[in-house]
Amino acid sequence: MASQEWSERTVRIAGINLPVIVGGRGKPLLVLHDELGYPGWFNWQRALAKERTLFIPMAPGFGKAPRIEWVDNVRDLACVYARMLREEGLENIDVIGFSFGGWVAAEMIANYPAQFRRSVLVAPGGIKASKGDLMDLFLVPAQSYLRATVLDPSATAEFSNLYGEPNTPEQYELLEDARAEFSRVAWEPYFHNPSLPHLLEGVANQSVLLIWGRQDRVVPRSVIDTYYRAIAGSKLVMFENCGHRPEIEKTDEFVSEVRNFLGA
Amino acid sequence: MHMMWFTERAYHYDPEVEPEKYRLLENQVIRERSFYGTPNRFFDAEHGAKLINQYLDEKVYTDEELLNFDGVMLNEHHGTPFCLGAVMDVEAAVLAGKTKRIKIVLLGNPVATVGNPLRLAEELAMIDLISGGRLVPGWVRGAGSEQFANNTNPALNRELFEEGVDFIINAWTTPGPFRHEGKRLHFRHVNPWVLPLQKPHPPFWIPGLISPDTAYWCAKRRYPYVALATKLEPTLELWHFYAEAAAREGYQAGPENFGYLQPVMIGDNQERAEELGKRLLFGGAFAHFARPEWMFPPGYNSKAATRRLAQLETGPNTSGKPMFTTTGEETEEQIEAVKNRIYSGYPKVLKDMQMIAGTPDNVIPKLCKILEVLRPGIFSFWLDGPVSAKDRKRCLELINRDVIPAMREYGKNLGLVSPFERKPGSRPLGPDGVYAAVSNPEALAEEY
Repeated sequence: MASQEWSERTVRIAGINLPVIVGGRGKPLLVLHDELGYPGWFNWQRALAKERTLFIPMAPGFGKAPRIEWVDNVRDLACVYARMLREEGLENIDVIGFSFGGWVAAEMIANYPAQFRRSVLVAPGGIKASKGDLMDLFLVPAQSYLRATVLDPSATAEFSNLYGEPNTPEQYELLEDARAEFSRVAWEPYFHNPSLPHLLEGVANQSVLLIWGRQDRVVPRSVIDTYYRAIAGSKLVMFENCGHRPEIEKTDEFVSEVRNFLGA
Repeated sequence: MHMMWFTERAYHYDPEVEPEKYRLLENQVIRERSFYGTPNRFFDAEHGAKLINQYLDEKVYTDEELLNFDGVMLNEHHGTPFCLGAVMDVEAAVLAGKTKRIKIVLLGNPVATVGNPLRLAEELAMIDLISGGRLVPGWVRGAGSEQFANNTNPALNRELFEEGVDFIINAWTTPGPFRHEGKRLHFRHVNPWVLPLQKPHPPFWIPGLISPDTAYWCAKRRYPYVALATKLEPTLELWHFYAEAAAREGYQAGPENFGYLQPVMIGDNQERAEELGKRLLFGGAFAHFARPEWMFPPGYNSKAATRRLAQLETGPNTSGKPMFTTTGEETEEQIEAVKNRIYSGYPKVLKDMQMIAGTPDNVIPKLCKILEVLRPGIFSFWLDGPVSAKDRKRCLELINRDVIPAMREYGKNLGLVSPFERKPGSRPLGPDGVYAAVSNPEALAEEY
């Protein structure tokens, strides 16, 4: 089923072959995955793929993607992606970034606001929490973190499909690779860049949608509020009874909001 | 042979003197399933002061009275009652001044987590000067938990370690001032005034838990590798791996390249010594050194090591199962049941020689068997567990009086030379580049 909806290709960038998942039809939509890696193909992608071509790069160092040795922080990674968009002729496209991917997208916006037409930041990290703390991925086993990313795993149908088959050596390795690379770029300061909110303040007329679940245990409300204040004209949507993964916890509402915002 | 002894300098209470405090601390460690992370409200500074001085005094006594010992070995751990030596260079400095004779063997300094290798080079040079050239430094990447305790990015540990060790060697051997612009380290003006007494620099020994990556690094650099109480079979495999790598470097490895650390408890009475030896299992010992999430921080292990862990950590009931949701909620009875399970494993610990306990007459054949199998030129006795100062002292005296002379005699017949007697990496390979065996695995199968 899935193999008919998406395919994997590689993009030559910065000396490596970067795996990219491509699926759907229509205008391209860049999707940046979270700190545990590329979680897989889910209903929200299936829905959006009807009108958009999803372009999902694996972050270098995550899973099968080779590491780029000189990428030392998230801003470096943002610049690698900017270069990829330039070289692939994908400038001025739309983007959705999840958690860590939201942070990367925000760095790209701060670097070059015209890079994206419209941006959806889903529970993005990247900014220091003024109240509460960004949940520390490194202090708990990956499986514990994974469970904490949704409000109720048992009530989330797609939860058990995240990152492949649960509790297998393959999944363990995939999650450990993700943690290793995320550690390289985000160990300290943890999951944020102190200059990001200041640089975002200079961004004008940027079309940004912030999405956040009220029961998010990973990214506290204060981070989202700072984003909202920093990016003039941004729009904020909050889901009730929802954790860190609105795309699988509230799929219909999520797809509807994203669709409305991006336009068909 | 080089004979030394080691202790973790644990924070503990003697169960025969303060049974309630002993019980409370052990229960807390078991509740946490981890020594690392035990809340420091359990630390009593007055008790800590008593213990830390006791541990230093034992080493000074070794220097003055226990003349068969050649050295003492230190290490460091952070944030844990497992080890009071959070900064071993401080202890080494005290010993450098208070002792006259013994080697001060540091296995090892955690280069990456200390963070500033220039400072480390200066500390160690001072210790070498104060001790009159008796320092043997070693280098470690540090246990997984140390990355958290020092907030050092574990994914960069290997890079920081390798560049840090090279930097220290340069700081000691390259005339300054010079500039270092490396990958992870940047120093604009390197010119340490205080340099080590030993030239070109003190000898390095490297401790490990049989990681092939580290053994390979040691073999390439001709550094002796000291296995930390690892099981004999995998240790033999690692010796073989080292010897092979050494042969590729063009030399024959031998006893001067290998060291072994062995937990012991020796007393005048067999039964009592075995009972004291059992206390090594306090709190779950190594199984509870730190929880899996702290033992395996992100990016700390190589890809190959992560792949091995992936197989180990994903079966049912493995240690990789998250524990923090269940720990801390157990009843006293459940904790007691865990303790019973831990201590009921003691006969196997004795059988596998993970603890050798008894009277000198009883332990000497076992210790000689280890010499026969592993053929190390460096041997370290390891004293630990909540045992009184008096019993520890007696143990050291018996090792000195009876055990070391017997082991030396045995080792002499086996040709076990220390790195001080034969320079590691100085032996040529045999004709046609063939290397000779460095151990005797067959001896393991024989009765002893």
